[in-house]
Amino acid sequence: MAAIELRNIVKVFSDKRRGRDLLTLDNINLDIEANDFVCLLGPSGCGKSTLLNIIAGFEQATSGRTLVGGKQVERPGSDRGVVFQQPTLMPWLTAIDNIAFHLKLKGIAKAERYDRAMEFIDLVGLRGFEHHHPSEMSGGMNQRVGIARALLMNPSVILMDEPFAALDAQTKLEMQEELVAIWQKRRCTIVFVTHSVDEALVLGNKIVVMTRRPGRIREAVNFDLPRPRDITSPEFNDAKRRILALIREESTRLAQAS
Amino acid sequence: MTSVTDVSPARPAFRLTRAFGGIERLVVPALLIAGWEVFARSGMLPPALLPAPSAVLHALGDWVFGFDETTQTYSGHWLRDALASALRVFGGFALASLLGILAGVAIGWSRLFEKTLEPTLQMLRPIPPVSWIPLAIIWFGIADKPAIFLVFLGAFFPVLMNSIHGVKTVDHNLVRAGAMMGANGRQMLTDIVLPAALPSIFAGLRIAVGSAWMLTVTAEMVAVKSGLGYVLWDSYYFLRYDIVLAAMISIGLLGYLSDLGLKAIMARTLRWQQTTTVQGRAG
Ligand SMILES: Nc1ncnc2c1ncn2[C@@H]1O[C@H](COP(=O)(O)OP(=O)(O)O)[C@@H](O)[C@H]1O
Ligand SMILES: [Mg+2]
Repeated sequence: MAAIELRNIVKVFSDKRRGRDLLTLDNINLDIEANDFVCLLGPSGCGKSTLLNIIAGFEQATSGRTLVGGKQVERPGSDRGVVFQQPTLMPWLTAIDNIAFHLKLKGIAKAERYDRAMEFIDLVGLRGFEHHHPSEMSGGMNQRVGIARALLMNPSVILMDEPFAALDAQTKLEMQEELVAIWQKRRCTIVFVTHSVDEALVLGNKIVVMTRRPGRIREAVNFDLPRPRDITSPEFNDAKRRILALIREESTRLAQAS
Repeated sequence: MTSVTDVSPARPAFRLTRAFGGIERLVVPALLIAGWEVFARSGMLPPALLPAPSAVLHALGDWVFGFDETTQTYSGHWLRDALASALRVFGGFALASLLGILAGVAIGWSRLFEKTLEPTLQMLRPIPPVSWIPLAIIWFGIADKPAIFLVFLGAFFPVLMNSIHGVKTVDHNLVRAGAMMGANGRQMLTDIVLPAALPSIFAGLRIAVGSAWMLTVTAEMVAVKSGLGYVLWDSYYFLRYDIVLAAMISIGLLGYLSDLGLKAIMARTLRWQQTTTVQGRAG
């Protein structure tokens, strides 16, 4: 049984103002295995976030079935950790309180909450900042809190929607390396949405290329280049060329069609 | 090099303006008061019509401390009068805050409350609180109750409107994050929506405390026989404009202090909002 099974997912948004329907996801079928690091790659507006939100339970598919751990997804839940594009932390809570928020909701006492959250503070390298508020930390540090918060719930899958898109280039590289290290250490299943070919190739061991709207799955490519990955190596560039060809094929096909 | 020499002379000048900033601020009020004193003493107007600042201060001093009974029956009774007004402000404001936040959060959060409750409240809102005075007197008589009722009316709507707004504009993604971490309906409200709406709710409370003082004084001028507003109106009938002015100053001061107190509570509660970035945003 795959960790995530998507069966014939269709999503139609009704554009009420213009009185018409917008087909956003068109028959998505995808299996994601446990401990996979899957990168969902596609141009802006192709429905990546929509697909991730359906897995997260934030949105309902118009038709089709979404199974996580063999169970039908009906609503959001702590078995699926989500890392948002903007950190989306509770601004009135400190880093450690944000990370331990899930435990607070479960009614666990403060001492134990902090005890368990400290492990994740260390994991994302924020020791010394545990009592800082989000407004006192940089975007990268806040995003680390967001990742720690998702990890603490020990979810069966972690869903990430372009979490590094708003960071500067150097911080982005650091965070990518750290994320890979965390994934190798903790062996979790990650679905990572990105529109950057490089990011997908640095992170994923499976790359799912989506088409322009309406989003379909163009191809799912396994990508087992050893880590740490050297983005200047010939193997990396070969893979990049292959992915870019897939995307280009798509564009020319569209151009001919129109 | 040049840039360093260019910048350095500007610095002492900057410090100079800062050092004198406090004094500068006092220049205009000091001139106004001095001009008023001189004009009042010049005899161009009868002193009863325009009391000099010194006379107002004298009246205020006697009202507070009762040293020479220049304020007659009010002499030494300032604390009693101020307390009477303050309690009405506090009573009406507390009631308005409680109900305003409750109703506002309910309307902002639940479609059902929005549909059932909001239209009625929105219809009552444009009626100026002052226009309720006749009904307030008929219903509650001449005492504390009509004043508290008016204060409540004036304070309720700002709290209500800001609470609704605060809840409705809570970042949608915070709610999603809460659901992702397993918050149930009640936790969503108490642990996410309410704290997120607090800045807006506090903005409403600050407007409300201003209306509360305004309406206490109005009520006391018409429907109550005690408090600073009553002293103000009563002194007007007896042509004691020094006491009228002393009452105006007292009301202004207490209103200012109420706002200051509320601001202090807000600063403590919303400390997370005011902290400045120590690490720089982008990194
Ligand atoms: N709530 C919504 N209502 C209407 N249209 C939406 C909504 N959410 C997304 N869309 C539309 O669906 C398409 C896909 O959006 P999205 O999933 O955010 O794309 P991506 O994340 O790949 O950039 C876009 O055209 C967007 O305008
Ligand atoms: Mg998106």
